[in-house]
Amino acid sequence: MSRTTIDLSTGTPTRAVSGRTVSRRAFTRTAALTAAVALGLAACGAGSNPTAPGTTAAGTGGAGGAAGAVTSVVVGAADFSESQVLAEIYAQALAAKGITATTRPNIGSREVYLKAVEDKSVDIVPEYTGSLLSYLSKGATAKGSDEVYAALKAALPATLTVLAKSTAEDKNSIVVTKETAAKWSLKSIADLVAHQGEIVVSAPPEFQSRQQGLPGLKEAYGFVPSDFRPLKGKAIVDALLGGQAQAANIFSTDPAITINGFVTLEDPKLIFGSDNVVPLVRKDKANDVVTKTLDAVSAKLDTATLTDLVKQVDVDKKDAKVVAKEWLGKIGLG
Amino acid sequence: MTWVWEHLGDIGGYAASHALLAGIPLVVGLALALPLGWLARRLPRVAPLIVGGSGLLYTIPSLALFILMPLVLGSKILDAINVYVAMTIYTVALLVRSVVDALGSVPESTALAATAMGYRRLGRALAVELPLAVPVLASGLRVAAVSNVSIVSVASLIGYPQLGYYLTDGYQRSFPLEIGVGIVGCVLLALVFDLAIRGAEWALTPWARAGSSGGSGRAPKEVAAT
Amino acid sequence: MITQIWAWLTAPEQWSGSRGIPTRLVEHLGYSALSLVLAAAVALPLGLWVGHTGRGRWLVTGANAARAVPSLGLLFAVAMFVGPRISSNLAFVIPSVVVLVLLAIPPLLSGAEAGVRAVDPAARDAAYGMGMRGPEVLRGVELPCALPLLLSGVRAATLQVIATATIAAAVSLGGLGRYLIDGLAVRDYPQMAGGAILVAALALTVDGLLALVTRYAVSPGLSGKHRGGRAVADPKGQVLAPGPVRSEMPSKSRLEVS
Repeated sequence: MSRTTIDLSTGTPTRAVSGRTVSRRAFTRTAALTAAVALGLAACGAGSNPTAPGTTAAGTGGAGGAAGAVTSVVVGAADFSESQVLAEIYAQALAAKGITATTRPNIGSREVYLKAVEDKSVDIVPEYTGSLLSYLSKGATAKGSDEVYAALKAALPATLTVLAKSTAEDKNSIVVTKETAAKWSLKSIADLVAHQGEIVVSAPPEFQSRQQGLPGLKEAYGFVPSDFRPLKGKAIVDALLGGQAQAANIFSTDPAITINGFVTLEDPKLIFGSDNVVPLVRKDKANDVVTKTLDAVSAKLDTATLTDLVKQVDVDKKDAKVVAKEWLGKIGLG
Repeated sequence: MTWVWEHLGDIGGYAASHALLAGIPLVVGLALALPLGWLARRLPRVAPLIVGGSGLLYTIPSLALFILMPLVLGSKILDAINVYVAMTIYTVALLVRSVVDALGSVPESTALAATAMGYRRLGRALAVELPLAVPVLASGLRVAAVSNVSIVSVASLIGYPQLGYYLTDGYQRSFPLEIGVGIVGCVLLALVFDLAIRGAEWALTPWARAGSSGGSGRAPKEVAAT
Repeated sequence: MITQIWAWLTAPEQWSGSRGIPTRLVEHLGYSALSLVLAAAVALPLGLWVGHTGRGRWLVTGANAARAVPSLGLLFAVAMFVGPRISSNLAFVIPSVVVLVLLAIPPLLSGAEAGVRAVDPAARDAAYGMGMRGPEVLRGVELPCALPLLLSGVRAATLQVIATATIAAAVSLGGLGRYLIDGLAVRDYPQMAGGAILVAALALTVDGLLALVTRYAVSPGLSGKHRGGRAVADPKGQVLAPGPVRSEMPSKSRLEVS
């Protein structure tokens, strides 16, 4: 069973999934370091904090080099439930193989957590092939699932890699309420243009400047909403229901779509391309054990499963780590 | 309620990390504010600069300060040091003025008497003025503690786990109970800090207790002079 | 970095349109002013009444204790509560304003209360001796005498509200907080820094204006020798420390020193 411990060096509770206990000496050492860091405020140089999360005892190859023994990893997650479940699944699956895996949930948007991967605070994050590709290369044209995956591999920086993709897809999508769809007979995103003067779009703040967002919608469809309402998570759904927004960017696995009978608009220009769930790993952590373990997880993950896992967190209010544990147990990887 | 019970371990973990993120900067901030405040009283000409300048820091929105810290410090974006330093800045911003007021609350006659007894400037500050300034200082510290506990929760918007996690996560999942846990946790933590500071004040001011039986009507006349 | 921030702040497109700085400034001031007016309407009369009658002191203590409630949590809680019940922009305005009002009440309340309480008893007695009634004493003597502390409470509340009004952006509203939240989402440092500078500048400007108001509003008869008033509400107004510090000062702990 996972437990929460406090990493004194960072003042953050980290879920040590393997249940390794902190020795007394380590405790005093980190406590002393905390004091030194906090009091001196001197150890502020780049990367000079030796106890930063993500630092491992194992020697690692240089950037882009092959990874040797990996004893611990930090799995990060974006600021939405699905990402947190996936992060817990990865972490617990790795823990079952004897790797000390900690999670950093709720880091933020892609722009933020990729930065955390880059500065080695985080080693692994659940990603989406199409969204990540679109983020990395603005003019990407790949559409099909395999095509996107191949293009993504080519577009990744030298220090990063993606493991095998799962069949589970979670696309960005534009949804409207049943009533709105009926009133304006909406089928595709292109149909929104005729009413764009009356349409407020709600989405996470980054939607405003991403290619898979307002800029892409304008480019591909000529759709420019009258206003944009930046929200996150369930608040987007509430805004759509409350009438503060007429269209919203919601993930295709979001249980709110079926619960509220939202209509997902077709995307003929495919600005939201194939988006398969895939683990993004820093190369120095992608050794055999990590690769095999996460590949096994991805092999079992499909869209229906993913949708159900998200529903358990968002609707049934179960903890991401509990949902992850139950599912891993069911597929025999826990 | 069962939810709370089942998550007691996690809540405790987040609370402990919250306490560290709010508490350590409180101590460090006090350590920095004391000499600054003392300096401001010694040098009336630069006092407005010190007091005003430190107060200025408090107008920086907390979210911005947390986010921009890595740029200033060159630290990693998920390092707790970002939160520690930002919180220390807020603590100093609040406490410098408290220190100035607290030192000002020491009766002039007492300070003069100490000088007459042979105390040098620094010795007098440490041995006489500082202890006498404790009550006013403690009240400033209590305000800073409450403010810190509240501000630390904002760090959850940038992925630093502490009680604020329940606020953002609860909002995203539309889960009122979780938000409630976050709020109550913060309030209780603030209460603990408040009691701890009151306790420290009680321990550090034995003379206040000795005199209390005879009524507290012997307040010095010029307590409020700055 | 600094040149980038400067470039962001001075780019012409920042200064026009519905997402431009002028619009955001006006929105920010709008939420702040609305919240302050509402808070003042509640807290100032209440504070004066508590100070005048000496009854209900627990209200001040209670308001101060309420400061421990994290603004972010309160915002989310209220937003979640009113969200499904209101189908307009008010669903986001109300939570933001509620948070800011609750933030502004403690310094306003304790400023007004402490101001009246710190009025020289001799002045009060003299007023009664001249035949003034309770309300007249409050209006004619206590209120003017309480003004320095009361206004310092106003300044503290204003400073805090302006600095915290950025929070409205977390529930999709405008204001200068937009630059922080949007900048955070796409890791746009110049935008975030620019936004933070604008907030701080706005807070300082408004505080400076209030300092001027204080200087002219306070009766010259209240010389610096007036006990209790001067330390807290320095009429020169260099004080920037926010409310809690100043408004707590004249409270119990200070008067019981020694």
